[in-house]
Amino acid sequence: MAVSRRGLLGAGAGVGLLAACGGNTGRGDGKGGTRLAQWYHQYGEAGTEQAVKRYAAGYDKADVSVQWRPGDYDRQTAAALLTDSGPDVFEGSPTLDQIQGGQVVDLTDLLDEVKDDFNPAVLTPKTYDGKIWGIPQVIDMQLLYYRKSLLKAAGVEPPTTLDALVDAAKRLTDSKVKGLFLGNDGGAGVLAGTPLNAAGLQLVTDDGKVGFDDPAAARTLGKLHHLYTDKSLLLGAPTDWSDPAAFLQGLTAMQWSGLWALPQISKELGDDFGVLPFPKDGPHGAPAVPVGAYGSAVSARSRHREAAKEYVKWLWVERTDHQEDFALSYGFHIPARVSLARKAAKLRSGPAADAVRLTTEHGHAQPLLWTPASQTAYQDALVRIIKGGANPESEVRAVVRKVGAELDRVKKKR
Amino acid sequence: MKHRSALWFWVFVGPFAAGLALFTYVPLLWSVGLSFFDAQNTVTPTHFVGLDNYTAMLRDDAFRDSLKTFLVFTAFIVPTTYVVSLTLALMVNRVRWARAFFRSVFFLPAACSYVVAALVWKMSIFSGVRFGLANTVLGWFGTDSVAWLATPDPPWYWLVLITVRLWLQAGFYMILFLAGLQRIDPALYEAAAVDGARPGWTVLRHITLPQLRATSVAVVLLLVVNAFQAFDEFYNLLSDARGYPPYARPPLVYLYYTALGQGQNLGLGSAGAVILALVIAVVTVAQARWLKLGRTDADG
Repeated sequence: MAVSRRGLLGAGAGVGLLAACGGNTGRGDGKGGTRLAQWYHQYGEAGTEQAVKRYAAGYDKADVSVQWRPGDYDRQTAAALLTDSGPDVFEGSPTLDQIQGGQVVDLTDLLDEVKDDFNPAVLTPKTYDGKIWGIPQVIDMQLLYYRKSLLKAAGVEPPTTLDALVDAAKRLTDSKVKGLFLGNDGGAGVLAGTPLNAAGLQLVTDDGKVGFDDPAAARTLGKLHHLYTDKSLLLGAPTDWSDPAAFLQGLTAMQWSGLWALPQISKELGDDFGVLPFPKDGPHGAPAVPVGAYGSAVSARSRHREAAKEYVKWLWVERTDHQEDFALSYGFHIPARVSLARKAAKLRSGPAADAVRLTTEHGHAQPLLWTPASQTAYQDALVRIIKGGANPESEVRAVVRKVGAELDRVKKKR
Repeated sequence: MKHRSALWFWVFVGPFAAGLALFTYVPLLWSVGLSFFDAQNTVTPTHFVGLDNYTAMLRDDAFRDSLKTFLVFTAFIVPTTYVVSLTLALMVNRVRWARAFFRSVFFLPAACSYVVAALVWKMSIFSGVRFGLANTVLGWFGTDSVAWLATPDPPWYWLVLITVRLWLQAGFYMILFLAGLQRIDPALYEAAAVDGARPGWTVLRHITLPQLRATSVAVVLLLVVNAFQAFDEFYNLLSDARGYPPYARPPLVYLYYTALGQGQNLGLGSAGAVILALVIAVVTVAQARWLKLGRTDADG
């Protein structure tokens, strides 16, 4: 069949158009061999993006394209895991539903020889049915920053109990400065299970039951309402709890924020600040700090699962120099590997050393069995208790029922 | 000749019809299908659950609360927008000079994105700290700063939600009313004047409003449907990285979290979407019948 010039041009244009529409998903085989797409959420610290791209460029067994994704990252990855155009490798915390739904790959064998070197606080929430579904990258934690000079001027000691925190926040509040900033929602989102941990309770027990079916839960959560009614809480700040701006601008005397904020606070306030855990409450209480870690995971829909696993092992198990650089050279994180954390000079003195100690002594990670539905129910109740003055007992009872039903649901899928 | 015109019809209409089918009807039908399956973390489920997702959604307090949020929002926004846009239209229609300027000024916000407007409202005007615009003004009168979006009692967040939507949409409805006003025969006003009707409320009540009936019906229908679909300003004003407060969560925001949040319960979310679509359809049809939409006087 003869092909006319017009036909040939038309076909060429059509193929070009289709190729343009297809775009580069980062998948398929490139010239140098396998191509892998790796996703990271957008870190705030300068230099992090360049660093992870440099690590990827240094891998010689596959062509790794790094995507730096701003916005609602966890929802983006959750949706992308349903499709063939998502990432091969991604950072995140695989949820129980993602693991049970077969959306992520079992990575247990990657840690055969070094499992004991990973901090159990962050490895446990990545483990289900004895298998590991994500390799922890770095440890992040949250803590209470306080301005020493403001506390001294008000004659307030750094609070070690929840009652003392409520009292301190009230005494530190005046017409220009609020006592405490727990986020623009009054702490419902960021605190999550921390007040329960401070009361000696857990979100989910080790044997998979609701961990806060106890009168102490309502008592402790009810105290958070006092902060709201005392008008001691900063609400409606331009940036939320994760950014230390409100603390640095003098809008609040104490702020709950992350370890990542420590270098900036230290740079701007010098020695005029200290760090504390969330203070204990009640006779069985203990100070508490939440710890968490994004892990590196592999999508089950990847066409190059083994290559992706090999890359994850290279990056987050073998290349300890990259891990140390990623944790400490840009932002401020604790390396997930115990051996790296021990030798990090930056973590040995001042508030940084306090933060590491708090993580070790009082750290609580969110259990894998704590599903998004449980989280939503609990967080809604916390908003109603803190801001609406809802009855803590009835709210906690309702959440216990909801979480119990969720735990039954996920156990059935086992 | 007839064959050729049919060909051209499909050349122009075909791509749009294909797009509509691919991006609207197929997902719609797929979603209806998903609503009958246990579709957690999958869009190709295999476990048929019948009406379980529907009963779960209807029993869900949070979903029912979201419908209440919508009702409160509608109760505020529909009459307020109606009155404001009609007032603007009447004023702009009477203006004798710089008419185009005033029409443009009031219409321009309609071109602004809901997301951008919500962020301006949240971070600049109704920021909760003392240097937010609204709080600065309050400060002049010695009043304490108000956390506009973080205070359910009193529920100041409604003021923020209502004003941002009002600012964005009043200009659009003003244009609809303006078109309606310009279709009214001036002879009616002249006859009324001859009969002694004084300009103002009497003329508005007995001539202008009845003549604007068809426009009013369309405006109210559009306002109600738009209110049901409220998402952008709610989400951008009230959500944060950790979630969304339960006290002002309209249905679409709730369904977004159910289906596309980390829970990825696409079956439950789809059931909620079908329920919401049915509610909108029933309300719209009932409203259209009540307002006798599409009937002429001759129809009785």
